[in-house]
This record gives sequence, structure tokens and C-alpha cells, in this order.
Amino acid sequence: MSRRALTGWAFAAPFMTLFAVFLALPVLASLVMSLTDLRSTDLRNPLAVNFVGVDNFVRLLSDELFLRSMVNTLVFVVVGVPLTTVFGLAAANALNSGLIRLRGLFRVGFYLPVVTSIVAIAVVWRLVLDPQSGLVNSLLGVVGVTGPDWLGSTSTALPALVVIAAWRNFGFLMVIFLAGLQTIPAELYEAATIDGAGRWAQFRHVTLPALRPTLLFGAVVTGIGYLQFFEEPLVMTRGGPLSSTLSVSYHVYNQFGFGNYGYAAAASYVLFVAVVALSVLQFRLLGERD
Amino acid sequence: MSTVDTRTAPRGRDRVARVVLYAILLTGLLVVVGPFLWMLLSSVKPEAEIRQATWLPRTWTLENYRDLFDRLDFPTFFVNSAIVALLVTAGNLAFCSLLGYALAKLAFPGRRAIFLLVLGTLMVPGMVTFVPQFVLVSNLGLTNTYAGLVLPFLAGPFGVFLMRQYLMSIPDDLIEAARVDGAGEWRIFLRIVLPLCRPALATLGILTFLASWNNFLWPLVVATTEDKYTLPVALALYSVGQNRIDFGLLLAGAVVVVVPALVVFLVLQRSFLRGIATTGLK
Repeated sequence: MSRRALTGWAFAAPFMTLFAVFLALPVLASLVMSLTDLRSTDLRNPLAVNFVGVDNFVRLLSDELFLRSMVNTLVFVVVGVPLTTVFGLAAANALNSGLIRLRGLFRVGFYLPVVTSIVAIAVVWRLVLDPQSGLVNSLLGVVGVTGPDWLGSTSTALPALVVIAAWRNFGFLMVIFLAGLQTIPAELYEAATIDGAGRWAQFRHVTLPALRPTLLFGAVVTGIGYLQFFEEPLVMTRGGPLSSTLSVSYHVYNQFGFGNYGYAAAASYVLFVAVVALSVLQFRLLGERD
Repeated sequence: MSTVDTRTAPRGRDRVARVVLYAILLTGLLVVVGPFLWMLLSSVKPEAEIRQATWLPRTWTLENYRDLFDRLDFPTFFVNSAIVALLVTAGNLAFCSLLGYALAKLAFPGRRAIFLLVLGTLMVPGMVTFVPQFVLVSNLGLTNTYAGLVLPFLAGPFGVFLMRQYLMSIPDDLIEAARVDGAGEWRIFLRIVLPLCRPALATLGILTFLASWNNFLWPLVVATTEDKYTLPVALALYSVGQNRIDFGLLLAGAVVVVVPALVVFLVLQRSFLRGIATTGLK
């Protein structure tokens, strides 16, 4: 082998070794496991493991909790992505309007929850949403409304988690969108102004079309994240009440906890397929950028 | 970045627009930062006051913070979090820059295959690798060790992507010139490539540190005794513990988890946010 090739491999080796053992191997192992009836008790006795083909996947289709978790995850994505995108776009657009001072302050403030531990966020929001003494229901009480038990009721727990996720993540999209807005040439706005377009018309006919690729990118990245939503229900609702906030990832985690490793791996691969589908969609719509 | 509006809308309408924008942004800021402010203020209230939905403490006390030391072992959790986050960050900076450089600037067989393989794993949901990783770490006898907490995160695909993209934008001339002068490949990497990569390394370092500091699920299942708990694990387990929950203690704990991440972010936010924007768009 040439000297050049050796150098390349020497530079790649440390990463690739760790990558092969701790990432590539588990991805493959998960696929193999999904086709077996592996349970935690079989780990010491691998011969007891049977190849079961697609049985796990067939079982998933009639697993009511799994179907429930699919619906919850879908709701989370379908409601959460537009909500987060709209907040992010509104913040970016307001800060980019040229009318606002202290832009740095707003930018940092809105980004704050993105860098905060979900566990700390859960501690605070559970107290803020407390049905009796929480800030939210106290505020509602001032205007004469009796607020619900947000995280404790089957009708409000999932919507509350969606809103908290949007609250937590829109700062990230704001930063992405701000960068996108700054690439729109000022001449486009000048031309629109000469044509008599107001602010709203400019937003609709200049900003939105020019920002389309960035918006799409942001929405897909957020969608991929929300498809895997897990930590929010884990630390705030434990998937309840009555599985109303159980997500696919949470279902995988529970099955792992019960020791059903093969079944858990199968459920995780369903999620994998969904993420790949969304990523392919993005590449199709944006064209490959290498 | 001037605050002068290039558009020439009538002045009166600008004023209205400005007032509306400030109203929206300030409300937004209150909603986003408010819970953090309330957390900070409530962490210095006595227990009885916390459940009263007030902002300012009537009695100021540091008792909740003292309890973190006396009743829980927060210094240990803090040190564990710091050790894990620093090791993971150092590993990613080293391994990702090495591979990123090889992929961007060194021609070797298998280069494209490696790039596609690493890029492909960016799409893999955490839950897919979670179970096999746990089985692997258990079989290696690494549960409840620092190695078990750190190893699966030492080489992240995102870092490779980031470093490769950054290095692609750097011209080859400097590297070629050094090669002509007879400098060895390691010397070129350490003396020329790494200093050139400083902005990308800063972005990767901050992102990795924050992700590791806030990482929750993995240490939750791998750390099984208190001496290996990280801060988020300790906080989560305490908040759902069997004992009567002491909210003051919980809020003080949350402050201790948030503040280091916040300081890192605030000190480095300028280059950090710029890095996010450029990597996000690449």
C-alpha cells in the first residue's frame, strides 16, 4: 500500500475503531436482534435465542400500546413542527426587521432553553403547571378561569408537552432562519417597496419564497427530532396519564426495561424507517448538497 | 447588521410596527426566560413559600443549596458530569478532526465509503443503538464505570461531518507548501491544520460539551450507584424518588445543572450561534 494511503488510514483509524464497535456494530446488532426473540435473560445463554423472522414486526401491528404510541408521536410531529417553525420564523423575522434594538439580548434569551437540561426544564415546568399553586393556573385564576391539571389529564398532557417542546426548540430554528434571512438581497425588498408592497405583502411574496429551502431544512430537522421524542414524557409524565403521552421511543424503552430486547429492537427499526423516509424527502426536495 | 431600515415605508407606520414588534418580542422573552427566573428566585425561598405562585421571596435563604451538600452528594455528581463531559469533548475534538482532515485533504482508498457510512449513521435514531450498546457495555463489564459512560460518545458522526465541511473550504496551498518543505503528516496536522480549524473546533467543542452535560438517558441506565451519577440523573431520580419531595432542594439542584451550561453558552455565544447557523445551512 502506498505511503499516502497508509497516512489516510492512520488518521481515520482511531475514529473508525470506536465508530465500528460502538455505533456501526450496534446498528447491525439491532437489525439482527429485531428478527429474534432475544430477551435479557438469554444474554448468558445465546443458544436459547430463536430466529423468528418478521414475527416481532407482525406483533407490533396488533400491539395496542405500540399503535397508541405511533398516534401520539404523529400528533407530536404534525402539531409540534408547524408550531415550532412559526415561533422560530416570527422571532427571526422580528429581529431581522431592522426596527429592533437589543437584538443580541433577544437572541440569547430565546436560545436559552435549547442549551438547558431537559431534567431541569421538567422540574420547573411541573411546578409552573401545578394545578393548584402553579404560575399558569394562578394567572388563569386572575381572569376567572379554572385551569386544568395540565400534565395529569389525558386531554391536556400531550398538548402541554407539544407546547413545551416548541417553547424549548424554537430558538434553534430562529438562529437558522436568521442566517437564511440575511442572505436575501436588500434589492428584492427595495423593488417590492417601489411596487407599493406593504410589510405583510413583502413577507409573503419576498421573504417566504426566498426562505423556502431554509424553512424546509429547519422543519425536517425538527421533524426528525420530534419523531424520536422521549425525554419530555419520561421526565414529566412517565408516558401517562393512561399512555396519553407514550411515544414510540418511550415504548422501545419500556420494552427494553421489560427485557424484551428483540421486540424493542423491532420497534426501534420502525422509527428508523420513518426518520430515513423524512430525510429522503428532504434530499429530494432540496437536492443533494455535498 | 445596522439598525437602519433600508426599506422606505412611511415613518408613522414604522412606529406602529416597531411598537407591535417590541410587544411581541418582550412577551416572548418573558414566556421563555420567565420560568428560569422563577426557578432561580424560588431556589432561595423556604419550602413553604415555593408552592404559593409568587415571584420574589419574602424570606431569602440558602438552605436549599446547603441541603444539596448535606442531604445529597451533589459535589460528586457535579464532578462526574464534568469528567464525562470533558472526556467526551476531548475525544470528539481529537478523533473527528483527524478523520475530518483525512476525508477532506488526504486521498486514500475507501475514503468515499467511510464518508457515506459515517454520514448515514447521522440518521440513526438513538433508540436503535440504545439496546445493543447497553448489551455491549454490560458484556464488556463496563456498567457503572466512567469508561461505560464515555466510550459510546467518544466518536460522533456529526463532528466528522462538521470538520470535513470546514476543512473543504480551506485551500490546499498551505498544506502542500509544508509538504514540499518536507514536514511529516503528523507535524502538518498539528502545526498547520489544527490552528486553521479553530472556529470549527470551538463550535464542535461547545456543542459536544453541552450535549454531554445534558445527556440523560445513557447515564440513567449505565450509572447504577450514587458515586457514578451525573447531575441530570441525580436530579431526575430525586424528583421521582419514594421520599417526600422537597421542592426547594429540587429547584436548587436544577439551578446547579443549568448554570454551568449557561455560563459556557453566554461566554461563547457569539461564535457559537454563528457556528450553529453555518453548520445548519451547510
